[in-house]
Amino acid sequence: MTKSIMLVGVGGQGTILAAKLLTVALMDAGYDVKMSEIHGMSQRGGSVSSQVRYGKEVHSPVIEEGGADILVAFEKMEAMRWLNYLNPKGKVVVNNWEIKSMPIVTGKVDYPAGIIEELGAKVPTTSIDAAKLATELGNSKVMNVILLGATVKSMGLDTLDWERIIKENVKPALAELNIKALKLGMAQV
Amino acid sequence: MKKLLTGDEAVARGAWEAGVKYASAYPGTPSTEILENLALYKGDILAEWATNEKVAMEAVIGASMVGARTICSQKHVGLNVAADPMFTFAYTGPLGGMVIVTADEPGQHSSQNEQDNRNYARHAKIPMVEPSTAQESKDMVKVAMEISEEYNTPVLFRMTTRVCHSKGIVECGERTEVGVKPYVKDIKKNIPVPAMSRVQRVQVEARTEKLKVYSENTPLNFAEMNSDEIGVIASGVCFNYAKEVFGDSASYLKLGFTYPMPTGKIKEFCSKVKKVYVIEENDPWIEEQVRLLGFECFGKNLFPFNGEMTPDVIRKSVYGKPCDTIETDGSKVVDRPPTLCAGCPHRGFFYEIGKKKNVVIAGDIGCYALAFTEPYNATDWSNCMGSSTGTGHGAQQVFNMLEGDAKKRVVAVHGDSTFFHTAMNGLVNIAYNRSNTITVILDNRITGMTGHQENPVSGYTLQGLETPEIEIAGVVKAMGFKNVMQVDPNDLTAMKYAIDWALANEAEPSVIITRWPCVLKKFSAQDKAEFPEAFKSKSVIDQDKCIGCKSCIKTGCPALSYDAAAKKVSIIRDQCVGCGVCIQTCPPKIQAISKETK
Ligand SMILES: Cc1ncc(C[n+]2csc(CCOP(=O)(O)OP(=O)(O)O)c2C)c(N)n1
Repeated sequence: MTKSIMLVGVGGQGTILAAKLLTVALMDAGYDVKMSEIHGMSQRGGSVSSQVRYGKEVHSPVIEEGGADILVAFEKMEAMRWLNYLNPKGKVVVNNWEIKSMPIVTGKVDYPAGIIEELGAKVPTTSIDAAKLATELGNSKVMNVILLGATVKSMGLDTLDWERIIKENVKPALAELNIKALKLGMAQV
Repeated sequence: MKKLLTGDEAVARGAWEAGVKYASAYPGTPSTEILENLALYKGDILAEWATNEKVAMEAVIGASMVGARTICSQKHVGLNVAADPMFTFAYTGPLGGMVIVTADEPGQHSSQNEQDNRNYARHAKIPMVEPSTAQESKDMVKVAMEISEEYNTPVLFRMTTRVCHSKGIVECGERTEVGVKPYVKDIKKNIPVPAMSRVQRVQVEARTEKLKVYSENTPLNFAEMNSDEIGVIASGVCFNYAKEVFGDSASYLKLGFTYPMPTGKIKEFCSKVKKVYVIEENDPWIEEQVRLLGFECFGKNLFPFNGEMTPDVIRKSVYGKPCDTIETDGSKVVDRPPTLCAGCPHRGFFYEIGKKKNVVIAGDIGCYALAFTEPYNATDWSNCMGSSTGTGHGAQQVFNMLEGDAKKRVVAVHGDSTFFHTAMNGLVNIAYNRSNTITVILDNRITGMTGHQENPVSGYTLQGLETPEIEIAGVVKAMGFKNVMQVDPNDLTAMKYAIDWALANEAEPSVIITRWPCVLKKFSAQDKAEFPEAFKSKSVIDQDKCIGCKSCIKTGCPALSYDAAAKKVSIIRDQCVGCGVCIQTCPPKIQAISKETK
């Protein structure tokens, strides 16, 4: 059976790197993998998604509505935006983190309240304070790898050879930090 | 060796393996990464950013005519720009193999239209291949090169966003050096004056007949028989989408070589199945062929004529509903439109021009295309790259026929890359025909929108070599413009002064060039000397002084944030790059915002 992981967030949050590590690890483990992303506007604070599918033989590189086994939102409101892509039997990992979009910045509308509660009422939801955890690790940028850790644990992929994958794919100086971040993320689930 | 590659990376790999020596392109989503990756094969391939797609195509034609294998790539609308040389090169033909990549955008993820460039194959009478996966993207470049050389024709290589930007596992090979074929002058082949091109025209028709035979025999077009009930005909990524939905319950005719079409194979396939679905994005390109051959099928009468044919779309069309989904009412989702980045040097201009009445803004394609919306509400229209000066001039000439309030001033706005692309042609037209159009060139020293490609003002080539800046002000003056002013757009007083100065001159055209680098630009030595202070400070808001008037918010900077409860604005420190624009918008009596040097 093909499995589908949907990573969503805001341009600049590092969804692309997280998706990359995931695909490399899955290929390494012998799966057929396809990954698709739309990043044309990513540098300008738009909504972004990276979609990873793996199995024996993967056909479509994109996840269809209702097709994701897990929805990983790097930003709260993005979880709601993409929720229709989640299989009703799937689960959500959500970063308890807000990034205001322009209508909110200008004060036209408020940031929606009660997102985590609504998610939790609909599907099994794990909320993670990845920003706080990342800061505790000493680098707010590893938020993405913490979320990746939670994702792989949720999907039962925590047994893959992550230490090697990270060492081979991130700058040597940052490898240890990223391994710690991944483990910390796994421990949240 | 197996690698995880996007379709774009795979095309570059395929070109390298096929012995390509020269490549040229102008950036455009989703094709940009093809040339960026070709540039990584330094020493084997010379890859260059051209100033526009026509020039890229011509450079590649030249390289091909003297014997090298070549490739050019562009987004779908880019091929409109490059169409002229392509159509005639279809007659004269290459010496070294030549592949033309068109990256189409069903669903318009980042494009102004959804044209289906498969139509160009028939129109220009050149063969076309369509890969479905990253593996095919690599493999088909090699096949296309061989077709090109054997049949004396450029080959159209049609991709779409999902083929370009999806990653898959690719079995890679090694490079085969094919060298450069010896060039011999051949005017009968290479000069299309009527006497000769009438002959070439007939040869093209004969070539198409031969390619029809090729199409029947190539393994790029193949049938996979699983069922005699349902048969699906598809090309490109639609084949993968169809397989996702129908699996082994349908038979497939997968078309990888789609012009000329394999009519024999289509007939055979259609007569073996009861129901035929033609699944394709955009135009009914395959469907019309099926119908011409006398077969009934489900095509655009069932599937949407626009957008992507992703599995959910196919499911809705065929079964009436997608997979089960979770119900949400949408109340917890606010739009997240793309914005000008914090520190974007386009901001100062739009902030100031937004205050002017009776001004019409002819826009263009670049990051500044985002300025039609809140909070600037500036731009009146846009069309294609480089169009601001042409449309602006025409509009100004008509406004000049009117009186009173109906008479308006037109401001044509475009960027540095767009200037060299085609907007400069329109400027020559303004200078020549003497309209009083105001032109504003937002020079952020780089091609920003498509992800920061080097260009004639940036100081570097794609090869990373330093190259002298071609100064826009000098070019504009050489065109005959007398009123040319260059300003720092982050200095709002100077920006306002320049706009007023141009508006005051009602008799003559004026050109304003704003000059400040994009935050994401790799600084050249010249940039470092010219902008030593750039991005070295932060702006901070004294919360005690802020009165929550939201003047600064009108700059539309995403680093600013208004707290409705506290009635105060604050700055997200990580995002601020210290352009200082917000400081100048704070009322003089308040002065809550100040510059903090790192
Ligand atoms: C014919 C054509 N080619 C390419 C593109 C893709 N494209 C859109 S904006 C842009 C770059 C604009 O650069 P510039 O004028 O320097 O403005 P900036 O984005 O830096 O503000 C490109 C290449 C297009 N839309 N149309």
